[in-house]
Amino acid sequence: MQVTQLILNGLMSGTILAVPAIGLTAIFAVLRFTNFALASHMTIGAFAGFLANVWLAWPVVPSLLAAFVVAGLVGVLSDEFILKPFRAAGFITTAIGSIALTIALENCVRLVFGNELRGYDLPIRRDWLVGGLRVSPQQLENLAIAVAAMTLLFLFLFFTRSGRAMRAFADNPMLASIKGINADMVARLVSFVAMGLAGLGGMLIGLDTTIDPLVGFKSILSIFAAAVVGGLGSLPGAVVGALLVGVGEELSLLILSPAYRSAIGFLAILVVLTLRPRGILGARAY
Amino acid sequence: MEHYLVAIAVTAGIYALMALGMNVIWGMAGLINLGLVGFFAVGAYASGLITLKLGAPIAVGVAAGTLMAAVVGVLVALITVHLRGDYLAIVTLGFAESLRIVMSNELWIANGTDGLSGIPGPFRAEAGPHLFNLLYLGIVVAAVVVLFFLVDRLVNSPFGRVLRAIRDDEEVARFAGKNVVLFKVKAFAFGTAALGLAGALYGHFTSYIAPDLFAPLLTLYVKLSLLTGGLGNSKGAVLGAVLVVFFLESTRFLAPLIPGLSAVQAAAVRELAVSVALLVILRFYAKGLLPERIEAPPLTATAAAPAASRI
Repeated sequence: MQVTQLILNGLMSGTILAVPAIGLTAIFAVLRFTNFALASHMTIGAFAGFLANVWLAWPVVPSLLAAFVVAGLVGVLSDEFILKPFRAAGFITTAIGSIALTIALENCVRLVFGNELRGYDLPIRRDWLVGGLRVSPQQLENLAIAVAAMTLLFLFLFFTRSGRAMRAFADNPMLASIKGINADMVARLVSFVAMGLAGLGGMLIGLDTTIDPLVGFKSILSIFAAAVVGGLGSLPGAVVGALLVGVGEELSLLILSPAYRSAIGFLAILVVLTLRPRGILGARAY
Repeated sequence: MEHYLVAIAVTAGIYALMALGMNVIWGMAGLINLGLVGFFAVGAYASGLITLKLGAPIAVGVAAGTLMAAVVGVLVALITVHLRGDYLAIVTLGFAESLRIVMSNELWIANGTDGLSGIPGPFRAEAGPHLFNLLYLGIVVAAVVVLFFLVDRLVNSPFGRVLRAIRDDEEVARFAGKNVVLFKVKAFAFGTAALGLAGALYGHFTSYIAPDLFAPLLTLYVKLSLLTGGLGNSKGAVLGAVLVVFFLESTRFLAPLIPGLSAVQAAAVRELAVSVALLVILRFYAKGLLPERIEAPPLTATAAAPAASRI
């Protein structure tokens, strides 16, 4: 029974993990770099949602929208003015630049909000017991929101002109340019959507627990693990990877202390890179 | 005050050791290491534990810490050496974070978050605090000098040339019959050994290490040192380390001077200053104060000075 409860918890936390993991892998697919600044955008989203929810007393769903939009806008600006020039200089410069960027942005949040733990303003509801399994209504709501966000994203990618342009560009940048797809527009679009998802994910994680400026950095290993396990650059892979990592982290509680949760993500990265570097659904890893 | 200046000089020396090590990994081989602080921690913990728990002499501890960091470096490099560089970035970052988690939670290894205290320093009791600092400065400077010449030899050796060839174009190096994987792993091992040495020397100087000291920010400081001085250049690495430690120490005094800032905010301003400095240098002054000198290719040299010089 305990195992089923852990698997259920893992599937729920994995679904939430999938939201920022999709953002990470989307940037990798289109702009071809690993953006470590994802962590600070999660934090920015979490705090934007906090402002909307606690200071402006908005309900949770509009606050999540605020988290998406604010983190997305910051993502577009930081990519345009900071990361884009680095991309021309090679991947080491870009990776180090994005680490420096994430620490800079995280400290901007710290400057305003300090280091204390904060919680969202949520109605207190009793947990539900279904067939011996415990679920909180808030978790289910988060799950529904995460699934809805991912469904919207896939609809956007497959049924809109901009979404198709993004996929075309990820598939073959040169061919896409020849067809008249504007590379800069695609870069801005993917930065907005991906960092928006990061912000949304940051707030969803915060809804379950509390937030502080490290909320993004603390889950970055799990998110990278999700993206790598699924195959860096594959969006469905990020979802599969996130579910696996989520379940794996919960099941690890059977034998390890909860403090090791994020180390499980690292272990998953090591195993996948050793056995199947391109991940479950990824195309290639070299 | 003099005390403080000597301690800063020791810190600068330790940063210089790390910058020299990173120069081989990043500047010469073109590999990334975002988990530098993890290898630093391996050196510090290995040396601290061996001297404290086994009672080994300090020199043995430092040697063991250096070796241990290199061994871990080889393992980390081997996992990702066939893959795109991004994977090495992820694995090194993950390694440093996971190590911090393990060291914080496993009380039996090194007291968890309480850390290791009472790590012996050479002649600490006999020399008294003042003389000890000066003595230690001598040791660290000697280590920097030795490593400087080692790296300098490496740069100009055939090994160094191959590394730079790999950095500039891996395919060409492979086509020239070089075992690219082996060269990369060796470079990574050399660099991480230097990081481990720096960590071990750090532990024996401060006598106290704890997981919190090994936060990712240190990685940025060393990157900043290397970039400021000039990537791929040993003199630049040492110069950069000295400048960065000076800059860090001055922000320690300047940040509290801004009125109306709490301690947390002052710390945030400091980290902000460091990360913005790194971004600015990376963007506009990526060659640093002392840019890498690349000698003219031998082909043009022989063309300019024909047969006569070959006699």
